[in-house]
Amino acid sequence: MLNVSDLDVWFGDPPDRVDAVRGAAFSVAQGESFGLVGESGSGKSTILRAIAGLIDSWSGQIEVDGRQIEGARRDRGFYKTVQMVFQDPYASLHPRHSVDAVLSEALRLQGMGDIDRRITRLLEDVGLGKGFRFRYPHQLSGGQRQRVAIARALAAEPRLLLLDEPTSALDVSVQAEILNLLKELREEHGLTYVMVSHDLAVVGHICDRLAVMQQGEIVEIMSVDALRRGAGEQDYTRHLIAASQ
Amino acid sequence: MSTPLLSVKNLCVTFASRRGDFQAVRGVSFELGRERLGVVGESGSGKSMTGRAILGLVRPPGRVTADRMELEGQSILNLPERRMRKLRGSRISMVMQDPKFSLNPVMTVGDQIMESYRLHAGGGRAAARKKALEMLNAVRIRDPERVMDTYPHEVSGGMGQRIMIAMMLAPDPQILIADEPTSALDVSVRGEVLNIMDGLVRDRGMGLIFISHDLNLVARFCDRVLIMYAGRVVESLPARDLHNARHPYTQGLLRSQPRLDTPVERLPVLQREESWRSGELDPLPET
Amino acid sequence: MSETELSRPISRREWLLSDAPQSRRQAQLGALYQGWLTFRANKLAMFGLIILILLFGMAIFAPWLAPQSPFSQNLADRLQPPSAEHWLGTDSFGRDILSRLIHGSRITLFIVGTVALIAPVAGLLIGTVAGFAGGWVDQVLMRITDIFLAFPKLILALAFVAALGASIGNAVLALALTAWPPYARLARAETLTIRNADYIAAARLQGAGPTRLLIRHIWPLCVSSLIVRVALDMAGIILSAAGLGFLGLGAQPPMPEWGAMISDGRIYILDYWWVAAMPGLAIFIVSLAFNLLGDGLRDVLDPKGAKE
Repeated sequence: MLNVSDLDVWFGDPPDRVDAVRGAAFSVAQGESFGLVGESGSGKSTILRAIAGLIDSWSGQIEVDGRQIEGARRDRGFYKTVQMVFQDPYASLHPRHSVDAVLSEALRLQGMGDIDRRITRLLEDVGLGKGFRFRYPHQLSGGQRQRVAIARALAAEPRLLLLDEPTSALDVSVQAEILNLLKELREEHGLTYVMVSHDLAVVGHICDRLAVMQQGEIVEIMSVDALRRGAGEQDYTRHLIAASQ
Repeated sequence: MSTPLLSVKNLCVTFASRRGDFQAVRGVSFELGRERLGVVGESGSGKSMTGRAILGLVRPPGRVTADRMELEGQSILNLPERRMRKLRGSRISMVMQDPKFSLNPVMTVGDQIMESYRLHAGGGRAAARKKALEMLNAVRIRDPERVMDTYPHEVSGGMGQRIMIAMMLAPDPQILIADEPTSALDVSVRGEVLNIMDGLVRDRGMGLIFISHDLNLVARFCDRVLIMYAGRVVESLPARDLHNARHPYTQGLLRSQPRLDTPVERLPVLQREESWRSGELDPLPET
Repeated sequence: MSETELSRPISRREWLLSDAPQSRRQAQLGALYQGWLTFRANKLAMFGLIILILLFGMAIFAPWLAPQSPFSQNLADRLQPPSAEHWLGTDSFGRDILSRLIHGSRITLFIVGTVALIAPVAGLLIGTVAGFAGGWVDQVLMRITDIFLAFPKLILALAFVAALGASIGNAVLALALTAWPPYARLARAETLTIRNADYIAAARLQGAGPTRLLIRHIWPLCVSSLIVRVALDMAGIILSAAGLGFLGLGAQPPMPEWGAMISDGRIYILDYWWVAAMPGLAIFIVSLAFNLLGDGLRDVLDPKGAKE
């Protein structure tokens, strides 16, 4: 589903150039859930943004669903395959757009018809009733906002969902609800996940495999079972596991 | 029993809004000795507002009322701003969540620590400088001489938070209120910052109010924990007993966290009950 | 609006303030009502609004309100002090000052209204495009803006009018041409903070093109601060218009433009103070009203205040 190799991402021009990601390589199979973990500044979110086309200064190969991707330009077909959920639900919804406006715009941009029925369906999918359709973001709680953001991502009926710390801004009880929702959606829609998180327990709950990142490089790719056993091959991985116990 | 450092009884914080009054804190009572008291709750539970109320930082239209709010037997409830300002910093200090927003970006780190010290303790520049270096040493910053001359944007998050702590502890306050002091930090830095805070609080015999949403962190780091829900304290217990909590809210919170060692297919979801908002709390255990 | 609210059952208010609107219309009306409540709480802003409503009424009904024609001269009655017959006195041609002020409100509103339409729209367009596109587009547009900003406003307007010829239409054009750069600056600054927001990134990922992002996502957020700024700038625009009138480069006599009226009264200011003071007072009151209104709008429209 997703193949990344030799990925370098940088910001700025020399001499101020900062290399955010160096030589990253991993692949995610159809239907798999893959985690990217690391501390802030390790480049994990940067990888997601480069895949999504939000950063154009990168080199290497990114292959989504068998098709090579270049630069920051993506065609409509790409957005029908890949969607993203952002970290902070308070920043990822337009403050002046109602839920209805957000979802109908997403559906229209994907060229979908029958918008009324689809919006109802999407809201049900993410566990929000019809009653939420005409609310503005300031009338929603953090968890409800994140559900709307997930519904927006699902509007295009994608197959690969990029999740950028989707629960780190939420309370634990709400986090549990969202994590459950993500698990259900994956089973129902046969989605593939790439999830970025600093929380090993969250990644352990959602993912099958994960890559540990440190200072822009992937230091280790391991299975979640190995993570549970605390069996990291690298010192850094073991350190991270110990710190989050 | 000696007078506690801080004694709060029936603290309420009310905000007037268009649809009637909203009570952010509803009748919170507790006493703080020379100990580490954790205040845990979700967003909107009133935990931060409790801390702000103690420091007199609730802005209008918020109103603070209480039957009692005393610092070593002396009332600090709704003091005039001038006297409150004297109190803040010198006797009660606060460490906020994100050092980026609480350090002044156009002043060097050293100047800020020195200013905070001189504001409350007076004294000359030389004495203040000595104290600042000493404080930076105390928060285990290597090469404090160099750090004194840096600006806040030049230091990392963990370092910034340590500088904040140094600044807040320079005037030797009796109570430190820490509002999510490590939430913005990476796990590996988090432990270090906590250790430093712990050591300082213990060595100086201070009272610490540690406000956090992270149950496990509080369980490990504090002596006693108050669990807040919807503006009320629903349970108060020693931190080591947190995992045997009796209140269904506390139990629900603990269960809803994913754990590496015990994988589950679905996380139990917290079912909130109306009775938690109003139910009577057991009388405070005598300390 | 406050009367209608009282006469209707209380459920109407609840319907408007509902946190769970059931239809698009209810949601929009609810948002409007929230804004109105915030605005209404600001007494001074309400005062400003009332003055402006009166001014509008005055402009619309000028021919019926004015006791005399603004142009009819009566040299026998020239420079009369305020009296029962001429409430605000007469000018050097014996024209009734009150009637001239009432008719002058039309000109003032025309000038202010047109400038307030042209300048912010031009500023919004240039500023958001510059901020959103970045790179050389930004450089070019902003340097042009800087050039306009480098001249003192009134001098630039003077130059324009001098080149185009003195008339009220040209005065408006000149004022609009000199008023847009600050709006462009403001819109650009707002765009720069908005364009990297997650919700813009999310819209991009839906496949939204730059035009759609600009119009549907960025403009709605810039517009509110521009409206506030316009209301606050109105006073300045009125004064500039009056300034042009005073210098004889705006409205031409015998049009009862307030600035030109002050200019006429200038020679007599020591002996017949009312000739210059009355239009001056009118300018002062209207400028103040716009400023108060702007303050109130800031409470309502400022995104920072809306978070609450």
